[in-house]
Amino acid sequence: MTAAGARPTLILVLAVAVLVGCGVILLLERSLTRILLGVILMGNGVNMLILLGGRSGGAPVVDTGPVDGMSDPLPQAMVLTAIVITFGLTAFLLAVAYRSWYLTGDDEVPDDLEDRQIIRRAGRNEVSAVDLGGEGPDGDPEQVDPEPARRRLRRGEEA
Amino acid sequence: MGALLPLPVVVPLLGAALTLLLATQPRIQRAVSVLCLTGTFTVAVVLLVQAYRYGPVVMAIGGWPAPVGIVLVADQLAALMVVVSSAVTLCVLLYSIGQGRSETGETTPVVIFHPTYLVLTAGVTTAFLAGDLFNLFVGFEILLVASFVLITLGGTETRIRTGSTYVVVSILSSMIFLTAVGLVYGATGTLNLAQLAQRLDALPDRVRLTLQLMLLLAFAIKAAVFPLSAWLPDSYPTAPAPVTAVFAGLLTKVGVYAIIRTETLLFPGGQVDGLLMVVAGLTMLVGILGAVAQSDLKRLFSFTLVSHIGYMIFGVALSTAAGLSGAIFYVVHHITIQTTLFLVAGLVEERAGSTDLRRIGGLARVAPLLGVLFFVPAMNLAGVPPFSGFLGKLGLLQAGVAAGGALPAALVAAGTLTSLLTLYVASRVWNIAFWRAPRLATAEPVVRLPRLMVGATIALVAFGLTLTVLAGPLFDVTADAATDLLSRTPYVRAVLPDGVP
Repeated sequence: MTAAGARPTLILVLAVAVLVGCGVILLLERSLTRILLGVILMGNGVNMLILLGGRSGGAPVVDTGPVDGMSDPLPQAMVLTAIVITFGLTAFLLAVAYRSWYLTGDDEVPDDLEDRQIIRRAGRNEVSAVDLGGEGPDGDPEQVDPEPARRRLRRGEEA
Repeated sequence: MGALLPLPVVVPLLGAALTLLLATQPRIQRAVSVLCLTGTFTVAVVLLVQAYRYGPVVMAIGGWPAPVGIVLVADQLAALMVVVSSAVTLCVLLYSIGQGRSETGETTPVVIFHPTYLVLTAGVTTAFLAGDLFNLFVGFEILLVASFVLITLGGTETRIRTGSTYVVVSILSSMIFLTAVGLVYGATGTLNLAQLAQRLDALPDRVRLTLQLMLLLAFAIKAAVFPLSAWLPDSYPTAPAPVTAVFAGLLTKVGVYAIIRTETLLFPGGQVDGLLMVVAGLTMLVGILGAVAQSDLKRLFSFTLVSHIGYMIFGVALSTAAGLSGAIFYVVHHITIQTTLFLVAGLVEERAGSTDLRRIGGLARVAPLLGVLFFVPAMNLAGVPPFSGFLGKLGLLQAGVAAGGALPAALVAAGTLTSLLTLYVASRVWNIAFWRAPRLATAEPVVRLPRLMVGATIALVAFGLTLTVLAGPLFDVTADAATDLLSRTPYVRAVLPDGVP
């Protein structure tokens, strides 16, 4: 970005496209390590995109040259922040991947348990057996109200 | 008054640093956290009063005036959000302290919990008070990174499994947000929201629509709007109860807040209203149907959370003062109620040993207070009169009817159906978990629930009831906030008093 001129160069645009494209493809993988690489590539691509948003030129320091020839410092400041954030996220994701490998022996993101159950049920063409909360007549041992009809019948037998 | 404005951001951050230093003295650590959040809450209330009486409170950080420097802005919407969020975080903090005392140190490393929790609060308030787009992004990142640590707390196998989904989805949405920020800057040369409000209007329609959709996509992932909501019920339920509660209450609502802010201030005119209405309706229906099928209390509440986000998006999509006012009221109501329900789920887990509906029952007889604590917010969520849930839904549905047209009418029907299905879900939980013969998943002898946990839950239930009693004044505030949002000038004039350069 040292060349003077306000227009972004095509090479940088292509670099953004390649980085983000590769990042997206890697993000679609199951293994956390590949996802991590995808995040890194994509993060760098996006950071470069932000850099493209500002005017290019000389160093934006007062008294070093004409103001018109200076580059836009704001995107550079934003990119610095974004790089730090991406770095933090990468470190955390790395820790998660390591922990996952430590606990399960690989770093693949498994299916959600509930989703798996639903797929199994769908495979057997079953409806989910949801407990509706009903209970039989003997379900509650502390039920204080006994059944009147049977009792009367018993009395009748005794009589 | 502007001098108070950075406090909700700075105080929790300083508190986080202090609690990290005090890691060896849990007692002082707890006291510091509680003091920080109480302070934040007090400041937030003062800010809300100021914003309601005299218009938006603005503070230029470092004394740099608006378009050059960074501003914090508390208009009525932002101040109201900060008040509710700090009240809720304070209650959840007390609850977690109560839980930490009772636990035998098996699951929660309290040492990390307090600093991270305070950082999360700081991130949430930063996002609410941010006056420029990049600062909003930074706020989101602060709260996300804190939430990553909280959701994988302890690093057990289940939490790592569900946490990795959450982390990757959140990072993806951040990347989209960052790209949108870069594109907005490239197109307009500024990120200050007030200045953007002017400059975006001058852009060609298609460029404007592209930027709007990019931002909307990023926020919709965070807010868990239907096609982008599948990550939420998978990742929330496994975290510790207080963490799930505060996530459910606040994190999705930060997304909703960002949608409200960008749709009103940056992109007025309602170009995507049709799209928003369709996804709002689908969010409501798909979410609640998911809840109907669930058999675990926490998963079930996660699905009702997703479902009721639809109501807020519906209010935003109406683009009328009544619709926005209803949406803001609903956000306030939903933050409180959803957090309460997750806290109750935590209490159920503590008492009955599980939140699986197939394994518990008869809690109303075993623990009557728990029954009351569940019943009130559950009926509130379902929208039974006279609770605030009913008033919020009524406000939104009235706004929908007043807007007229086929799509709003369909949304009104979907909203009513969702409300009825929520009632069905709530009564199903009541029937299974609280009625029928007592059945507990734990064989351990009955221990009294920690007083602080119950107390914090009671406080939140009472806060929900206060929203019902004070619904009139609250609707005044939200209606006023909605009018200000739609006219845009109060915000812009407060940030840029000398006009747009």
